[in-house]
Amino acid sequence: MALAFDAAAKADTFPKLLRRNAHLYGSRPSMRHKDLGIWQTWTWAEVEELVRAYATGLSRAGLNRGETMAIVGSNRPKIYWSVMAAQMLGAVPVPVYADAVAEELSFVLAHADVRFAAVEDQEQIDKIQSVLERLPKLELMFYDEPRGLRDYDHARLRSMEDVIADGRKALADDPKLGAWLDAEIDATQGADPSIILYTSGTTGTSKGVMLSGERSIKAATDTVVFDKLTEKDVALAYLPIAWVGDHYLNYAQGLVAAFCTACPESADTATSDLREIGPSFYFAPPRTLEALLTRVMIRMEDASAFKRKLFHYFIGVARQYGERLLNGESVPLKGRLLYWLGNILIYAPLKNVLGFSRVRVAYTAGEAIGPDLFAYYRSIGLNFKQLYGQTEAFLYVTAQPDGEIYSDTVGPACPNVDIRIAENGEVLFKSPGQFTGYFKDPVKTAEAMTPDGYVMTGDAGYFDEKTGHLKIIDRAKDVGRLNDGTMFPPKYIENKLKFFPDIREAVAYGDKHDFVTVMLNIDLTAVSSWAERNNVSYGSYQELAGHPDVYAMMEEHIAEVNRSMAEDKMMAGNQIKRFLVLHKELDADDGELTRTQKVRRSFVAERYAALINGLYDGSTAADISTEVTFEDGRKGTLAARVNIQDMQTVPVGTVGKAA
Amino acid sequence: MTAPEVKPRDVLLSVENVSLSFGGVKAISGVSFDIRKGEIRAIIGPNGAGKTSMLNVINGFYQPQKGTITFKGEPRTKMRPHDAATGGIARTFQNVALFRGMSALDNIMAGRSLKMNKNLFWQLLRYGPAMKEEVAHRRHVEDIIDFLKIQEIRRTPVARLPYGLQKRVELGRALAMEPELLLLDEPMAGMNLEEKEDMSRFILDVNDHYGTTIALIEHDMGVVMDLSDRVVVLDHGLKIADGTPAEVMKNQNVIDAYLGVAH
Repeated sequence: MALAFDAAAKADTFPKLLRRNAHLYGSRPSMRHKDLGIWQTWTWAEVEELVRAYATGLSRAGLNRGETMAIVGSNRPKIYWSVMAAQMLGAVPVPVYADAVAEELSFVLAHADVRFAAVEDQEQIDKIQSVLERLPKLELMFYDEPRGLRDYDHARLRSMEDVIADGRKALADDPKLGAWLDAEIDATQGADPSIILYTSGTTGTSKGVMLSGERSIKAATDTVVFDKLTEKDVALAYLPIAWVGDHYLNYAQGLVAAFCTACPESADTATSDLREIGPSFYFAPPRTLEALLTRVMIRMEDASAFKRKLFHYFIGVARQYGERLLNGESVPLKGRLLYWLGNILIYAPLKNVLGFSRVRVAYTAGEAIGPDLFAYYRSIGLNFKQLYGQTEAFLYVTAQPDGEIYSDTVGPACPNVDIRIAENGEVLFKSPGQFTGYFKDPVKTAEAMTPDGYVMTGDAGYFDEKTGHLKIIDRAKDVGRLNDGTMFPPKYIENKLKFFPDIREAVAYGDKHDFVTVMLNIDLTAVSSWAERNNVSYGSYQELAGHPDVYAMMEEHIAEVNRSMAEDKMMAGNQIKRFLVLHKELDADDGELTRTQKVRRSFVAERYAALINGLYDGSTAADISTEVTFEDGRKGTLAARVNIQDMQTVPVGTVGKAA
Repeated sequence: MTAPEVKPRDVLLSVENVSLSFGGVKAISGVSFDIRKGEIRAIIGPNGAGKTSMLNVINGFYQPQKGTITFKGEPRTKMRPHDAATGGIARTFQNVALFRGMSALDNIMAGRSLKMNKNLFWQLLRYGPAMKEEVAHRRHVEDIIDFLKIQEIRRTPVARLPYGLQKRVELGRALAMEPELLLLDEPMAGMNLEEKEDMSRFILDVNDHYGTTIALIEHDMGVVMDLSDRVVVLDHGLKIADGTPAEVMKNQNVIDAYLGVAH
């Protein structure tokens, strides 16, 4: 075979890239997975052999070019190889969130017309079988984990192991088959859909975003160059494979840069696996970073007095000098020396425990990050940066370059991305990785684009004058107005509240009302630890959430937010007048959050209408009864009486009205 | 899932006419039943019915004053817990009985101790054949950890674990003995709904995957009826019913015992 391996541009599909990687980096690790407590490694050459066998097996099972195959599972090698094998045949993989309930799963599988599904285990098979009557086209399921499946009817089930073995044997028996597979790979077209990613559905039913191979690879190549990623980098794949972030950061960038992707042993071991792997490229949503920091702080509270003092002293030093050092600004010698000492005593060991010792490039995105939280990680020497993107862009729209990091911006446009702000403040973009359309939905595709080919993000934002970076304030359609005309961006207020570690979630209301009110979710980890230290006893989440002392603590936080908003002319009218603490955690299983853990505001408003009425009619408590869904899909009801509390607002001399 | 209708299989253990009393208290009087290979057998009854005593008799912890126990075709009147363990009977306890300061991994490894053949000298050296043996055992234990999905607590001291997980570690330790008969004393006690469902799934999977015969005591009727192939009901030390869950549910004696009709 004479192939132009040197020209990466020639590889316009992922199967071609895999072939290139096996040729150029054959003995370098491609994939790691911890199994039975031991890290297993596959090189690019081994992965190519496996995926070729798998693809041959799939073809013999009936998968054809252009067809779709559902992929349901967590970050495991065989799940990623299922994606690769389908693409090798020119088929289109359709990953689905592994924690999707049967209802969501059946929607995607039916909408995508899948005949085949590659699934992780019995749990997923049970879910699919429970909705089988709605999936008349589904023929076969391939599973990774055989446990518990022995007594199942295997008419529609086959293990991935068998499919791979079957393909391997066929390839060995018939030498012509290898050439056929090469021809199949050559026949994959860069312009064809490479994958369909269903959006998490912040705005209703999810849509299938089609991404083409050549655009995906072009976008990934741009960022690989931007962040100087090479085959020597390592990433830990722990985010849902159906999310654009994982497909971009780990799968696409992994294949382009030929770096090693490590799969955790299980979702629950990700933190300790992170420590063992020590990735050099790391992505974490603000939520994860917050949980990590909360855990560190709680553990520090339990440390000895001396260690605690030492920790807080040097964190103070880091706060003062750390970010400036990272940004390459000038720092007095004393600061440099103290930081150097702090690094030996605190920062380096802390990073080691968190698994960040080797992190070279780290990103966070998905939602606004608290300035304190962001500064904290950067101050101990982690090069965290923000990016802004969405599925339709194949992730990246903007990203912060090294040395230009601010917690309240998302950076300038990425290489080759063109951004425009519409008159209503909505951000529009054109990007190399931009989607080719929504699957089977030309109407919605047209709705999402401007006539001249820009994609509408639905986010409101503007370019910051000082830095030239993009600032995102809220979803364009979520920005409302109070009755007195004050502009009301709910997310802005919610984010300010969520920066307190005690508050896990906040939902603000005010559009078409006289004043702003909020519903809060306490953070169980932080508040229960606080309760333990302060001898506050409670029997349940509900009791803790309704505890008078917890209300007092929340009141303090809101007062602080009100003070900070009073200083801002645009926001002074948005001070919070009344609030309540919800009796249950908002949950994706109940439809209150999306699978990516974003609040579905209108749904929550409907569900908790009784509470919102209470917030505005002046009562001091409101009764609520809600339906909850258990993990197995059964339903129950949860009833509670929730207290409502008034807040003092800070008087403002001249209330600025942004009309 | 295992079919509720059982075809006659080999009897693994049979209890014949067993009586046990502590001084004047008659814990068990003349109870007979059998446990067949590969089935899930439940022993149920109200408080003080003699369920745990029955388990302790099977396990050799108590010596019955009367009656015989036949295990794998061999009648035994005197059986010590150690004999039971080497003979292939493992159990978990109503109240968790783990080595609290040890990690989950070490606790499960402890379950392998009966299977370790090398002497103390080699084991202390951790060298040569002893090392090889330990690696083999560790592999088996890792299989169990994977099976029970407790990878994330492998290195955590069990005292720090929530109750539901401690119960799972205890099940793991019993499984490490590769028992033919697994006795579970109230495996779901004190668990919430989700933990109960997890545990039920594990019990079914153990039965399915390892082919282990299981005898369990349980209070939660729903769980018992879902899980077990056959149920024996005790009340005040007497056997009042024996049969499939459906049969037992309809039995008037059982209904009376549970609803508290005057005895």
